[in-house]
Amino acid sequence: MNSAEYSRKIRSVKLMKDIMTNYYIEAKTPKEQTCKKIAWITSGGPVEPLITMDVIPVYPENYGAMIGATKMGVDLCEKAEEMGYSQDLCSYARADIASAVVNGGPIGGLPEPDMLICCNNICGTVLKWYEVQARYFNVPLFIFDTPVCHTEYTKENKNYVMSQIYEYIAFLEEICGKRFDYDKMHEVGRFSIEAQTLWQAVLDTMANTPSPMTCFDAFFHLALIVTLRGTETVVDYYKILLEEMNERIKKDISMVDDEKHRLLWDNLPVWFKTKWLSDKFASYKAAFVADTYTSGWCSSMEYLDENNFLDSMAECYTRIFLNTGCDIMAERIVKMVDKFKINGLVMHSNRSCKPYSFGQYDIGRIVTEKTGIPHLIIEADMVDSRSFSESQIETRIDAFMEMLC
Amino acid sequence: MSVQIFLLLANHVLFCYSVLLDERTFMIYYIVWKPLEKLENNMVAQELFHEIANNPFSYVESWKNKTGGKVIGYFCSYVPEEIITAAGMLPVRIFGQSDQIEMASSYLQSYSCSFIKSALEDGLSKKYDLLDGIIFPQTCDSIQRLSDIWRMNIKTPFHHDIILPAKLNSESSINYIKELLHVFVEAIENFFGRKIDSEDLKKSIHLSNVVKNTLKQLYEIRMSGDGLIRSKDISAIFKASMVMDRESFTNLFLSYVKELSEMVPEKSDPKRIMLAGGFCSISDFYQIIEESGGLVVWDDFCTGARYFEGKISETEEPVSAIAQRFANRVVCPAKHMGLRTRGDYIIDRALKTRSDGVILVSLKFCDPHAFDIPYLRDMLEKENIPHMVLELEDSSSSVEQIRTRCEAFIEMI
Repeated sequence: MNSAEYSRKIRSVKLMKDIMTNYYIEAKTPKEQTCKKIAWITSGGPVEPLITMDVIPVYPENYGAMIGATKMGVDLCEKAEEMGYSQDLCSYARADIASAVVNGGPIGGLPEPDMLICCNNICGTVLKWYEVQARYFNVPLFIFDTPVCHTEYTKENKNYVMSQIYEYIAFLEEICGKRFDYDKMHEVGRFSIEAQTLWQAVLDTMANTPSPMTCFDAFFHLALIVTLRGTETVVDYYKILLEEMNERIKKDISMVDDEKHRLLWDNLPVWFKTKWLSDKFASYKAAFVADTYTSGWCSSMEYLDENNFLDSMAECYTRIFLNTGCDIMAERIVKMVDKFKINGLVMHSNRSCKPYSFGQYDIGRIVTEKTGIPHLIIEADMVDSRSFSESQIETRIDAFMEMLC
Repeated sequence: MSVQIFLLLANHVLFCYSVLLDERTFMIYYIVWKPLEKLENNMVAQELFHEIANNPFSYVESWKNKTGGKVIGYFCSYVPEEIITAAGMLPVRIFGQSDQIEMASSYLQSYSCSFIKSALEDGLSKKYDLLDGIIFPQTCDSIQRLSDIWRMNIKTPFHHDIILPAKLNSESSINYIKELLHVFVEAIENFFGRKIDSEDLKKSIHLSNVVKNTLKQLYEIRMSGDGLIRSKDISAIFKASMVMDRESFTNLFLSYVKELSEMVPEKSDPKRIMLAGGFCSISDFYQIIEESGGLVVWDDFCTGARYFEGKISETEEPVSAIAQRFANRVVCPAKHMGLRTRGDYIIDRALKTRSDGVILVSLKFCDPHAFDIPYLRDMLEKENIPHMVLELEDSSSSVEQIRTRCEAFIEMI
């Protein structure tokens, strides 16, 4: 590795790995020692009340990403198919359902939950997936039902979700056997908002030309804002990461050598091919500097109210990118194209994620029409590598990049 | 069948001649041939139901031309069609006819179910241009995105999303349904400039209950095993019930069922089969089961029992009553009532209808139903009820393969 490549590696990665390792170690420590309950929760779910109740939140979707990255997806998906789950179902769900039975994945399975918290703002699949796990583990399931906002956010929607916030708290009080600490909630809320603000700032550093990091780095550093949002650890970490990025900007350190093209990624990552994709685009001097996925954990921050965090959670959790109409999604992408000076859009048509993928053809056309930038659609999957045809995709990327050059 | 047609023709001929011939001929007509008229009425009705089921939009077009009324298309049995009827409009359920997908593939990926693909294809080919409105309920992720794609590209004049809750077992979700239904009423009133009052709603609720109750009766007639009606005809009747002018349908249907229940049964001893799934897109499917010696005794289809189970209260405030029925009726897998609610229903019905076997029908790329299959299989296994899983792709799915599997299953049980 030459000195230019060495200086490009992000220092904070090591600290991030330590934090995540400790997090999983604590989660897998026997409950007799930690005296903490464990909740499995969806990636878009309201985690702050869990942090307030000192419950350890565990994310089957985060584990799904790890399973994809360590290339253990196909085995686990096949096991789920043997259990009777169709190959056409979401690969996160298939991998997790199988992993629970065989204690699979890179850390030998997730610790058993005491409760399941399912928020369907990301999709309807989680509802079914969590029903399966609730039957399997025989534990209470709380569904935080956030109706879709096709064109607007209605007061009926808001009222419904707000009443569920209090049902959620009652649910937690019953399972944990203690009262909800509203003062602590206030503090957790403050940390959550601060962390989201910092995460937004980290992502915003990519607006710089050249960009100090790429979305592939963001996919990695995302884990903390997803899993431990509301803790002071997350705030401290993103401060360090942000400082490092600002330092790189000052020193004009570009993550991609001789950055020429600035691209936007839409949909979840192809977890088992991030390095291949990163290298492939870098060979064309293309850097992914914006994406719709990582920004999902700070883009509805504007609806949060530090002085009334609980109630404002209703709007914040309902109005996420994925829970709005396709035309609203297209508008948000158009804004990002402008802010990050994007000259190409790459959309991952992800077989596992219908809400994120259906409508992409329209969204791509709208973005191209409004901004003039071309778009490329790649059909793949986030975890199941059987749905990734390398030569076909390589050909399409080559053609797209040649057109941009 | 051809014997009956022959007799009918003969009936017509004789009637024509009988007015010219003597009294004796006339008497023969009344004693021998008149009873065939009952059969004739029912056959005419049956043909009409099939005709409408196969060409719903021909019917809708002529209804529109005749009455000048408004037509509202809808997906899914969670749409409150009683509200649409109360507004004097015709609710028409969309089933998606197109087999060849050409235009829709520029809007929807291949990993979408054939139901939404064909509905979108129909919409893009302008088959639904005569719709004045389209209603999308919350059900699955695919319908959610179809709504956006439809709104952006097909632009039916009145486009309304009823985002029903995904969970149905809490007070807050039922209150939310009530609020949504009130919003729906107002939206229709504002857009079409027509008031819907309590009396209108009560009338359409009553009509809806009558139809649903009679549909249930039809299932019971079939279940008796007396061979009075084929599943293929029931399927056509259901489709017609979701397309025809509700009053005309009800009148025709009631007399049809009345005559049916007065017919002479032919006893047989088929294997009793229950179906579980969303709906069946293959019209030959029922025939295949019947030809293999099976009798469909029940189902939990969205176009079947889920459509008619549960009465809407006629004493409560109408909108609340409709909301309450949604919370009580047989659950769709895209919604949550309890962890085993659907399984419990299927087992209960399978036992009550003395089913010899259950066929779990799933449409390729239909996620909610696919997630349910393993636990349903487990529950059926525990009750020692033989079962089979059948995945259908679209209306052109290999009929031969289905036949082979059904025959083998029915033979085995």
